[in-house]
Order: sequence, then C-alpha cells, then structure tokens
Amino acid sequence: MAQTEADTIAAISTPVGEGGIAIIRVSGDQAIPVVNQLVRGKDLTTVASHTINYGHLMDPESKAEVDEVMVSVMKAPRTYTKEDVVEINCHGGLLATNRALQLVLTHGARLAEPGEFTKRAFLNGRLDLSQAEAVMDLIRAKTDRSMQVALNQLDGDLSRLIKDLRKQILDVLAQVEVNIDYPEYDAVEEMTSQLLKEKATMIRDHLTALLASAKQGKVLRDGLATAIIGRPNVGKSSLLNTLLHEDKAIVTNVAGTTRDVIEEYVNVKGVPLHLIDTAGIRDTADQVEKIGVERSKQALKAADLVLLLLDISREITDEDRELLELTAKQPRIVLLNKTDLPHRFDPAQIKDLVGASPVIETSITSQTGIDQLGAAIAKLFFEQGVDRNQGTVLVTNARHISLLHQAKDALDDVLAGLEAGMPVDLVQIDMTRCWDLLGEITGDHYQDELLDQLFSQFCLGK
Amino acid sequence: MANLEETSAKQYEAGSYDVIVVGAGHAGSEAALAAARMGNQTLLVTINLDMVAFMPCNPSVGGPAKGIVVREIDALGGQMGKNIDKTYVQMRMLNTGKGPAVRALRAQADKHAYHRQMKLTIEEEPNLTLRQATVDDLIVEDGVCKGVVTNTGARYRAKAVVLTVGTAARGKIIIGELTYQSGPNNSKPAIKLSEALERLGFELERFKTGTPPRVNGKTIDYDQTEEQPGDEVPHHFSFDTPDSAYLPLKDQLSCWLTYTNPQVHDLIRANLNRAPMFSGIIEGVGPRYCPSIEDKVVRFADKDRHQLFLEPEGRDTAEYYVDGLSTSFPEEIQRQILQKIKGLEHVEMMRPGYAIEYDVVAPHQLHPTLETKLVKNLYTAGQTNGTSGYEEAAGQGLIAGINAGLRAQGKEPFVLKRSDAYIGVMIDDLVTKGTKEPYRLLTSRAEYRLILRHDNADLRLMEMGHAIGLVSDKRLAKMEAKKAAVADEIKRLKATRVKPGSAADDFIQAHGDHPLKDSLTGAALLKRPYVTYDQLVTFVGAPAAELDRQAKEQVEIQLKYEGYIKKEEVKVNRLKRMEAKRIPATIDYSKIAGLATEGRQKLEKIRPETLAQAGRISGVNPADLAILSVYLQQGMKN
Repeated sequence: MAQTEADTIAAISTPVGEGGIAIIRVSGDQAIPVVNQLVRGKDLTTVASHTINYGHLMDPESKAEVDEVMVSVMKAPRTYTKEDVVEINCHGGLLATNRALQLVLTHGARLAEPGEFTKRAFLNGRLDLSQAEAVMDLIRAKTDRSMQVALNQLDGDLSRLIKDLRKQILDVLAQVEVNIDYPEYDAVEEMTSQLLKEKATMIRDHLTALLASAKQGKVLRDGLATAIIGRPNVGKSSLLNTLLHEDKAIVTNVAGTTRDVIEEYVNVKGVPLHLIDTAGIRDTADQVEKIGVERSKQALKAADLVLLLLDISREITDEDRELLELTAKQPRIVLLNKTDLPHRFDPAQIKDLVGASPVIETSITSQTGIDQLGAAIAKLFFEQGVDRNQGTVLVTNARHISLLHQAKDALDDVLAGLEAGMPVDLVQIDMTRCWDLLGEITGDHYQDELLDQLFSQFCLGK
Repeated sequence: MANLEETSAKQYEAGSYDVIVVGAGHAGSEAALAAARMGNQTLLVTINLDMVAFMPCNPSVGGPAKGIVVREIDALGGQMGKNIDKTYVQMRMLNTGKGPAVRALRAQADKHAYHRQMKLTIEEEPNLTLRQATVDDLIVEDGVCKGVVTNTGARYRAKAVVLTVGTAARGKIIIGELTYQSGPNNSKPAIKLSEALERLGFELERFKTGTPPRVNGKTIDYDQTEEQPGDEVPHHFSFDTPDSAYLPLKDQLSCWLTYTNPQVHDLIRANLNRAPMFSGIIEGVGPRYCPSIEDKVVRFADKDRHQLFLEPEGRDTAEYYVDGLSTSFPEEIQRQILQKIKGLEHVEMMRPGYAIEYDVVAPHQLHPTLETKLVKNLYTAGQTNGTSGYEEAAGQGLIAGINAGLRAQGKEPFVLKRSDAYIGVMIDDLVTKGTKEPYRLLTSRAEYRLILRHDNADLRLMEMGHAIGLVSDKRLAKMEAKKAAVADEIKRLKATRVKPGSAADDFIQAHGDHPLKDSLTGAALLKRPYVTYDQLVTFVGAPAAELDRQAKEQVEIQLKYEGYIKKEEVKVNRLKRMEAKRIPATIDYSKIAGLATEGRQKLEKIRPETLAQAGRISGVNPADLAILSVYLQQGMKN
C-alpha cells in the first residue's frame, strides 16, 4: 500500500475566493520539521505551540525566496487532526501558493487526499460519532471526483512518456527477477550492474528533463507573461475586463484562487496568461492623459506575448507606429478594435509594420472578435510554440511533480548503490520504488504486471 | 450429516483424536508432525503408505524462494529441512554472485531415501498414528467438522481435521489420447472426498500440472552432456545439521545438462495435433512458470534450443528425471523426442511423462490460518489450495497443522505476516488474491525480501516456533546465543577504528580506493564491496570468542547491507500499523454507506481480517479503504 496514515500530508486548504491569503496546511509527525527546513526565520521546532511566526519561504536547493509568509505552528493534540499541524499563510497569489505547496511536497510531505484532514480528525477522535457518516460521504464524493480530475489533468504526452519509462523499467525488473528465480537458465541474458546503470541513467535523464520542464516551463506554471499595450483610450481596460470576465468560471474552479490572482492570472482557451501591469492599465483608465508609450515600454520588457490594440475608428498615429515597430520582434497579436464604429484607416496601410503577426478585428464593447482572439492566442501558443520547445512535455500538477521528484530520488539511490558495488538485486529495491512511484502518476497499480512480463518474455522451466 | 449411500463397507466408530490429517504428502507430513509435537493425539491417514512424502515430480528440494521456505519450516520446528539434510545426493548454493536476499540452497534428493526417512520419523513420533486409508467423507455437524469416514467404514472423530489431498483429488492422468482416473504416479485417486466437499458447498477449481519422462541412466551418453556437480563448501537446510555432516563432493551425485534442438522442435510441431494441451483434452489450468516442452516450443518459437537437466532420482536406482521436458504427448512421441536429444540417442525411457488434472479448493475460501470459512475446524493445505511444489506444500502443511493443533487445544491461532516469512507471503497471496494457476513462490512475490533471507530464517522465526511448542528450550538458547554474539560483534566493529597509514589503509589503496584521511570504523570498512569479515578481523583483531561460519555471515550481511535493510524495516513498520487494524469477523459490508459496488463485493468475497489485507485486494480502492477505516473506528466506539 502506497499511502498510509503514518504519512505527513499537505494541501492548500483555503476555499476559493475567500480573501487574499492562501493557507497550506501540513499535518503529521513530520509536519514541523518538513516546514522548518523551508522557512528562514525562527526555528519552528523550538517555538511554542499555537504561535504564529513570520518568515520567508525558501527553496533550500536554489536558495530562492518564494514568498513572505506567516507560519502557524500547532502541536498535537490540540489541533484539528490531533496531529502536529503547521499552516503556511501565503499571500503571493496562486502562483506562489502552488510553488510553496510543491516545496512542501518535495521535502517530505505527500499531497493529502480529498477529505483526508477530516478523516484523520475523525480517526484520531477529534470529531464526534454523528459526523462519521458525513465523513464517509465526503471521502466518497471527493475521491471519485478528484480521481476524475486527476485523470483529466494528466497530459496525454506526459502519460505516454511515463508509461514508456515504466515499460523500460519493467523490462529491467523482469530481467533481474528472472536471473534470481531461474539462475540456471542460460536463455536469459544476465542483468549486469553496467546494464542497469545505463538504464537507470537514461531514465533519470528523462525524469530530470521532465522536472526541468516543471521548473523552467514557466509558461504553464506562471502563465504566459502578456502585455496589453496601445495608446490611451484604445480599449485596453475593456479588453482586460473582458478577459477576466471570460475566465471567471475557470479561475474560480482552481483551488486556492484569490482575488489577487484573478487580477493577474487568466486562462484563455487553455493558455494561462499572466497579465503584466494590470495596475498600469487601470491607472490608464483613470488618468488617461498621463500614461502613454513610456508605460507600455516598461511592460514590454517582461512580455512573452504582446496584445497590441489599434483603434480602427481613428487615424493611425505616430504613437501606434512606434509601438508596432517596438514590438516587431516579439510574439504578438494585433487587435483592430472598435470595429463597431466607422473605420478610419485601411489595415493594408500598416501591413509592413504588422508583418506576419495575426491581426484580429474586434469590438470589445459589442463583444465581437473575442473568440477569434482566444483562438489566435491558443494557436500561437500551441502550434508556434511561444516559449515552448517542441517535444517538451510540461509537468504542472503538484502531485505529479512531487512523485517525479521521489522517482528521481529513487534512481539516484539506484546509481549510488551501483557505485558502492551493491549487488543488482539489492539495487533493484530502489528501481522497483521508482516504478511504483511513476505508476502512481498514471494510476497503474497492477501488481501482477511483473509476473506477467516474466512469463511472457522468458521461457522458463522447472 | 453426510450422505454415505455409496460406501460399501459397514461403518464403525474407529476412535477419536485431537487432530486428523488426511494425506501424507509433503503438506500432510508436516501438518501431522507439528500437531503431534504440540501434544495432540494425531492420526495421519493416507491412500498408500509407500508414498509418504513421495516426490512424484523432480527429485529436488529448495531453490530460489523455495529454499528459504525450507529454512523457515526448519526454524519453526518443521521436518523438511532435517529430512533433506539426511537424504540429499547433491547440495548447491544458487545465486552466490548476487545479494544475500536471493541466495538459495538447493538439494538433489534421493527420492526413495527421502520417503523412507520421513515415514520413519512419523512412525517414531510418540503422539502420531500413521494408517493407510482412503477418506471418502467428512463428518460435519452444524458447520463444524467433527471427523472423517474412510472407505473401509471407519469413522474417526477429531477436534480438527486437515485435508492435504494433493493431485489425488479426482485426479486424471493424461498421456496423449489416453486418459484415466489416477492420483500421482498411477496411485489410487480420491474421488469421493471431492464430492463431499462439493456437497458442503465448496467452490472447486480444476488445475493441471505435469511431469517429464524418466529414463534409464545406464543408457545416457554422459560424454555428450555437461556435468553439473554440487558444492565443495558445506551448507545445510537445518539449523541443527552441523557442517561436519556435509557430504564430500566425491560422495555427491552430479546432474547433467543437455539441450533440445531444431529437430526436436520440428518433431513437436509436426505432432501438435496429438498434444492434449492443444487438442482440447486438457481443461485444467497449467502453470506458466513450468510449461510443458510442447508449450515452450509453441510460445517461444524463435528459440532453437531449451535446456534439459538430467537429475538422478536416487542412489539405489538408475532412473533419471529429465528436467525441462515435462510433457503429455503420447508415449510414442515421447520416445521419439528423447532419442533426438544429444546424449539420449540410445536412451531407454522407463516411465512416460504425463499431465495430471486435479481439484483445488479455491483458496479465497480460507482464513489466513488455512481453516475453511465454510466449515469450522476444517483446514486445507498444499496442492489442495492451488499451489505447486513440495516446499510450498510443506510450508502450508506446517501452518495448517499448527493451527489445527492450537484449535484442538483451544488456543489462539498462528498467522505469519508478509513481513515475517515467505510462508506468510504465500498464504496471504492465496487467501487475499486467490490464484488462477498452480501457485509457485518466486522471490518477486515478496516485497520485503531483503528481510526475508534464508540466512536469517532462524533469527526471524525460531522464537515463534518455541512459543508454539515446536522448538525446544535448548534449540532456542543456541539461536539466542548466536544472535547475541552477532549483536556484540556488530557493536564492537562500530566502535573499533582503522587508522590512516595502517595495514587496512594499504589494503584499501591496493583495491584502487582513496587513501584514508581520517580513521574509519571497522563497520564502515566492511561496507566496502571488496572487504569481507575475515579480511576485516585481520585489521581489527578477532572478538574474544571467535564466531562460527553462520555468525560471521550474519555480521557481514547485517553491516554490509544495513542501509537497505533499514529502508525495508521502515516499510515493514508501516505495514504493521495497518496489520494492527483488525476487521471483526462479524462485519456486514452491506451496512457500510459509501462503499463502491466492486469494493463491497470483493470485501464480501474475501472477508479480510485486517485493514492491510483489505488494501491488497484488487478492486478495493483507496476511498473504500478510507471509508472502511472510518467505519471500523465508529464500530470500536459503539
């Protein structure tokens, strides 16, 4: 059994849309040490129970600061689960919260199953009897749903890649096993340390690349940094509101989403956009005259994608030309807005300046062209690969990342064991662990797989 | 009450016992000896006294996983290890180039001596009566087994009954087009007992196994084969057999290796229409790990040869067992096949190979004690439970005999966990997952195999054997002395240091390692792959009382693989927490809200005894398990 009640568990425990702070709750024997290694500030192992402590959440490997946090330390038994509980109060929005959760999950905790905090509270005698039925309903409902959600989330490419890696590991395992159980059969090549080392290294490289995609594939994790630019009154604020509005249903479905996040993080046709300088756009709406090209230039520096708005109901201006020139080398989409009003220039006029960039005619006030914009963003992202190398599988799910880390650790142990001259059948223990962990990602738990492989692949006697 | 209309003999009350064991194969022999040694008046009945602990298949004991089971049986106070130590003709340690967890001892047995020795041991056992009889029926009253009825009309009463019927259970031998009712090696089958089990409501399955032809060793051309001798270095199965009893290599018998070839394969392919496996005569499910030669040739068509081991069946016989050539072809084809094999061109076949079909009690109908769920005080073991192999049978027989004995004495049952022993793995697999083919133990079935080693079976299990009453105080004391010596030596090696510039440092550098910068403990030095215990003591000195070979081996293994062993212990401890959560026998799964339909059905069918066992049932998902644990908690409070 992969998971037990002895594990330390963690999850984002704040409900959707309730304030600007997200809380990561960690519960179990190791809750305090797990969090302590991630927080720079007070030594949480020595602070008094039921205290709130200020600190900075750090990635211990890269030393990078993730968020400024308040950490509540509550020692057993006077806690919700009657176990040691630590709550990390993040205020950096969804992105920082997700990153914080990932850190906790890669440093000793596992992701809680739905309803698991409540279940523990019950099992440890915290809740009274009348609540038992409710707890069971909760587990059933949430587990079934979360299984479905997890399956849906699983990227087809990721699933294929993991299944392929598992197949390769299985071949190795079967061969080691067959050497053990049928030592006298010469029909089977002996799985040597050298062979195992090559396989383990190869698979580890795959996992490392996957994890790098999780770390560097900032697009899916952080969103595509998107700048909305244009001269004053061209419709930037309306576009922003429209994007936010379009996305509302999706955003509120994401656990831990806060109002802060809604302001900057939207999901358009499956492409997460991190909208840069939303404040600037709001200011623009308020103080039209003060803001112009200068502000846009700032936003452009950090942008992966530019949405450049032109007002087709007015003559093209020098300012427009300047922005077009400025963004010529960036992935961009040009919007000809206000098509509901009489047109004042012919798009052909700016053809040279637009180049190959997609041009979408929109009327944000009458909500036309929005779908085309979404499609253009998706096309640019998925087909032309904005900040996305071809063939790279991106991993974004915290549970998957956590399992991949553990699987890679297992392979590191395999290689360390081989290095130390351990026999293949001992090193196999870690190889099997890697296989099990990857199986948890794809949901494959068929225990007889190995034996089936053994008997189908090798001709055995006795 | 049983229906006995078909019994021709007039029935009579023949006496009463604490425990009755039906069948004296490898399971029955262990079961009867265990029950008797625990102080129970025990009756062992079997169809033919000349087949007590008979080896109808290959004349060998042990091998990977199985050899560990033999050591476990021995540690618990069983007989198999002692019996083979007295009757082997060759001893070999397998997997010596691999880690300690998978090393395995295998012996070639003198099958006749093995039988005689076991029969004698049984005859000499004070509380044990051995009798030839065929059991036709069980005496069952109100769902409780009260005894057995034989074909001669004897009604024996008992507090507990163990069935180890083996392939005799409605056995049917198949040789090509020929089929007939028979037990193993043309013995009398047990037909009526299967019918009795069916009447009681047991779900029986039909399995198949097979055996190769035997040939006359005087007609083998050994020059055409490769010799496979035994080991020079002494090893035995039993904790009690001293190294001094080891047979010198010159007194051991060799096995001989030869191969099939494309001509043999062509012959097989040309005659597949006469192979019962393919013509549809055989209905039973055969084992994948022990395929017949016709099966191998069909399934692995790209292989142009398969290994065959020629194994002597004993010292007082010329018969050789052709390991790897299991078949149910007609006799005519078997003879043609043999004569196309290198070294066997002029061989005389003495007995044809055959396939045998037999009845199996689907093992999900058993508790982990091997008591049936349907009939109280009735236990089953061995091939009857769907396993294959003498060692698997003996391991179950021992557990069934122990539990029958404990029941007769009104004591708590005895169950080995997966983390205790391979026997525990096997029984848990059988009762939790069932089996679709004859079940064989493999090292890959054990998730804690680094802990379940053959070298530590005594340390793992002897205390349990002692508590049951199968291990004497003296024997236990000897094991505890060894355990203490090992622990002391490990402690000493962790405290003793070797210094830079010492002889140890020279040794390290001679093996291409970096010179020592700081001193190093003896224990740390032993972890390096090129350092043995004997080498180490030349640097750090020997302990006050020098260790014997087994204790040295223990120190070396426990220190060298410490990191891996600790990792497995963490896993084991997690498992133990789950095993501690017991599910009451009275649980009503239909009353638990929220269980998924599949999970509910599987739980109802298997009726697991602990939460851990529930988690191993396929079809019971994590949500079901969580709900079950919440329900159990609720029940405990009520």
